Amino acid sequence: MRDRSGAVRRFLPLSAALIAHTATQLACAQTRTLPLDELRSGITFAGADVRAMQADDFANPGMLWVDRGESLWKRASPDGASCESCHGDAKASMRGVAPRYPAYDTTTSRVLDLEARIDDCRVRRQKLPPLQRESGDMLALTAYVATQSRGLPASVSIAGPARATWERGRDFYYARHGQMNLACAQCHEQHWGQRLYSETLSQGHGNAFPAYKLEWQSLGSLQRRIRACLFGVRAQMPEYGAQELTDVELFLAWRGHGLTLEAPGVRR
Amino acid sequence: MADARINVPAECRRGEPFEVRISIRHAMETGYRTDAAGKSIPRNVIQRFDCRYNDVLVFSVRMGPGIAANPYLRFFVTARDSGTLAFDWIDDSGVRASAQAAIKVA
Repeated sequence: MRDRSGAVRRFLPLSAALIAHTATQLACAQTRTLPLDELRSGITFAGADVRAMQADDFANPGMLWVDRGESLWKRASPDGASCESCHGDAKASMRGVAPRYPAYDTTTSRVLDLEARIDDCRVRRQKLPPLQRESGDMLALTAYVATQSRGLPASVSIAGPARATWERGRDFYYARHGQMNLACAQCHEQHWGQRLYSETLSQGHGNAFPAYKLEWQSLGSLQRRIRACLFGVRAQMPEYGAQELTDVELFLAWRGHGLTLEAPGVRR
Repeated sequence: MADARINVPAECRRGEPFEVRISIRHAMETGYRTDAAGKSIPRNVIQRFDCRYNDVLVFSVRMGPGIAANPYLRFFVTARDSGTLAFDWIDDSGVRASAQAAIKVA
């Protein structure tokens, strides 16, 4: 299969040996198949009406979740602690946080995405039960925290202990999945800009998430979007919070380094 | 507490129309969807939305399943006296909700 430059066949692993070889090559070089100066946010592939919806804070339905997140931020738990009691005004304390996520957490020795980080705070510090992923409250809090960094460039670290997660994410991205036997890279690296039925393929970045997808008629997380893609290739969908999804989230954030955060984004 | 965002101008000129925008968080379940087990998800949409300007009904909508989730309404009201815009809506399951906005007329 040829891409636009005609020379990237090695990025379609067809056997275990080839996967291992490719992974080694990539590990040594940490090559970006998609150069940083070619990055394009998904909003540049969207039509005028979607762009208008995202640009207008009032028309953007995702802001309904941001509003709910703001009231949850201030809500005290039974032992008295709200998010606000430790973190104060989110506009100040949470600015610059979301662009670093997913990030390695030294206490739990894992890479956590924003949702996992919020739950970690709830359980360990607020002594509250964890929020269910994709629940209204979880989406609201994630959207509220993420939107404080709107306009800032994504900048995750894959150094040190995060490296293993990044490598697993990268391997997942280039491996074929599902009955359709397609890798993420085939659509989003080799054929972005081209059409799949009536849709124009984007580069598949996560900088706008959590995003209001018109198809969902709801705000949803990046994990939901990744699961939906796997459903699309008729693959087994990992459960929410599964390691593979966090791995891919980290890889995607690294791949989209420098893209401005748009949460809450609006997408088709 | 209702999940709604309201936008009205800070100040309105007497006799002139002003723009009112409201978006309401509501799933607007059409009744045509089925769950993973194949069971029909019951319809639950906002049936009626009213806007009263100082207790006078100035705008009313009857909605159905054709309206997308999280409905966004934009309409105009002629400014008379300063006061309150009161929004009320009720859905198929009987849940009522309301919101208000202060109107300042110069």
